[in-house]
Amino acid sequence: MTKHVDHISKKKFMEELRRYQKGSVTRRHFLGVTGLGMASAVLGSAMPGLRPSAAHAAGDIGDRVILATWPNYHDPANFDIFREQTGAYTQVNVFGSNEEMLAKLQAGGSGWDVFVPTNYTITTYVDQDLIEPLDLSKLPNYDPAAYDARFSDAGTVNGSVYAVPKNWGTTGFAVNTKHNDGQALTSWKEFWDITMGSFSGRTMVHDYQLTTIGNALKYFGYSFNSLDEKELADAERLLLEVKPHLFAISSDYQPAMRSGDAWLTMCWTGDGKQMNADMPEIVYVLGKEGGELWSDYYAIPKGAPHREAAYALINFLLDPQVNAREVLAHGYPTADGNTMALLPKEILEDPILYPAQELLNALEFGAAATLTDPSRAELLARFKSA
Amino acid sequence: MTQRARNWLLLTPATAWFLVMLVLPVSVVLIFSFGERGDGGGYVPAFTLEQYANLPARWAAFKNTMVLAPLGTVAAMLIAYPLAYFLAVRTSQKWKTMLLVLVIVPFWTSILIRSYAWIFILGGRGIPALLEMIGIEGVRLIYTPFAVTIGIIYGYLPLMVFPIFVSLDRLDKRLLEASSDLGARPWATFLQVTLPLSIPGVATGCLLVFILLMGEFLIPALLGGGKVFFVGNALVDLFLQSRNWAYGSAVAVTLIVVMLVSVTIYMRLIARLNTQREDVSLM
Repeated sequence: MTKHVDHISKKKFMEELRRYQKGSVTRRHFLGVTGLGMASAVLGSAMPGLRPSAAHAAGDIGDRVILATWPNYHDPANFDIFREQTGAYTQVNVFGSNEEMLAKLQAGGSGWDVFVPTNYTITTYVDQDLIEPLDLSKLPNYDPAAYDARFSDAGTVNGSVYAVPKNWGTTGFAVNTKHNDGQALTSWKEFWDITMGSFSGRTMVHDYQLTTIGNALKYFGYSFNSLDEKELADAERLLLEVKPHLFAISSDYQPAMRSGDAWLTMCWTGDGKQMNADMPEIVYVLGKEGGELWSDYYAIPKGAPHREAAYALINFLLDPQVNAREVLAHGYPTADGNTMALLPKEILEDPILYPAQELLNALEFGAAATLTDPSRAELLARFKSA
Repeated sequence: MTQRARNWLLLTPATAWFLVMLVLPVSVVLIFSFGERGDGGGYVPAFTLEQYANLPARWAAFKNTMVLAPLGTVAAMLIAYPLAYFLAVRTSQKWKTMLLVLVIVPFWTSILIRSYAWIFILGGRGIPALLEMIGIEGVRLIYTPFAVTIGIIYGYLPLMVFPIFVSLDRLDKRLLEASSDLGARPWATFLQVTLPLSIPGVATGCLLVFILLMGEFLIPALLGGGKVFFVGNALVDLFLQSRNWAYGSAVAVTLIVVMLVSVTIYMRLIARLNTQREDVSLM
């Protein structure tokens, strides 16, 4: 082998590696299915070498803060700055699903100081007495007036603020237009119909009852959150009919979309943005019938071991300068007007991050009852085992 | 210290481990299986048989597992036996060690990472792309039952190879010569001498692989694209997604019972096979 060839293969290798890194980073599925989120949480606290030394402690907030969050959802440089400013080291535990987070807090002894629940879980945490109302005097950077209320009001339960907004996003679908004469689809009806037609064997749906059942309900124009027996029966009939035509039931869809094995998939904002940036033929679409709108929040569990540090970290991350760097790093939109004022125009005008109002208006927030409803869980089990 | 006291002392760590890590958790699962799911998930104490009455809702998962586990075990055995035979009987001492190390090497990487690698090998840019180069188009491998089978055989092969290898390696090679001297053809020697003597290794390998396969969930989830659903997958969903601990516990208890019954029947069969063989050899 000549040096020349070797040179190219190295370069190619690095390109492939980056591809792989991007492709393999998925928000929920990988961690969920493997339990790696739990494992890393346990390992992180069990290995003394990973703990900061007490010598770095400064001020009165302690030497560390433990954050439970989603993969690729922060700018690590911000944690370094936080440590320089306060002396507290941020130990990050990544999780695969809201259910896994809830299961861990229900089991007790999580040791978390801050975590990042999604809108529809917050009332469940309050009902189960797992989180505490926030002392807003310790969060001077939180400016409620600067937020679009629909992305911040789920944090308020029974008049108390339990959680403050982090980022929001949508659940739509990504389609590789190359296989549809360059045309994007526009609706969930088309999504399911083309799956049973020319895209047979090329479509992926989430391994997640909330979105897979919700978007099947949308085929009939029902609510994303429906718990109605007849409507769920219609959705089940559709899902069972579609199943033989599916490529996979998995929330780990980026690798297959990038390799061309899959042509169409249910998709979250950040994944849609990442794929579209690298492969413009993959387009992110919000079904015109609607679908899901979601918003993540910062909250503090009851009995957080480093409570002061938790407040300090949330307040730090809500600083518009810091928050703007976060958005640039992870690519999920923020609802904070003060932060948006600092973001470049192309981000604010990006149709994937900030879709048109009329598309947004058709979307629904997932409801707490939808998440915990056993009949929907059983429906998904029947769908997967069919 | 008396002999008896010393025995007890030496047994203490194992006993404590057994009680804390096996008896206690299994008891908790058993108690939970008679409980109810809380409104927000989790477990509420109760005494009801409702969870067991709901078991038919996971019938498909049990059926898939009961098909996969025996088939996967037999497939792994059929592939492992010739390999173990080659290593134990046909390989020189010098090569044996190196080849054995090669069989172990995959274990140095986690099964999770190795299964994930198969997603790329079986995916559109892997083997199907190679097949396209020689003119075979439209082959799809990833997220099919075939991919799950490949993943399972790949993952469990070493567990099957080693016990068979050990039983064949200990086999007294003079018996093979004797058989040959007495006029048996190679195939007859294999069927009447080698195979019966390696039955304990085959039985151990099959047991190891079968038990692990009954609880398998990772390979179907990663390589089956979520479309192939086993009891292991049902359990993961019940505990981590719907947080229905009571029902999940009932499914787990049922799986344990099914496994115990299968293993008992299996052991009986093996024991009978062994006695039969001794009868034959006595004649």
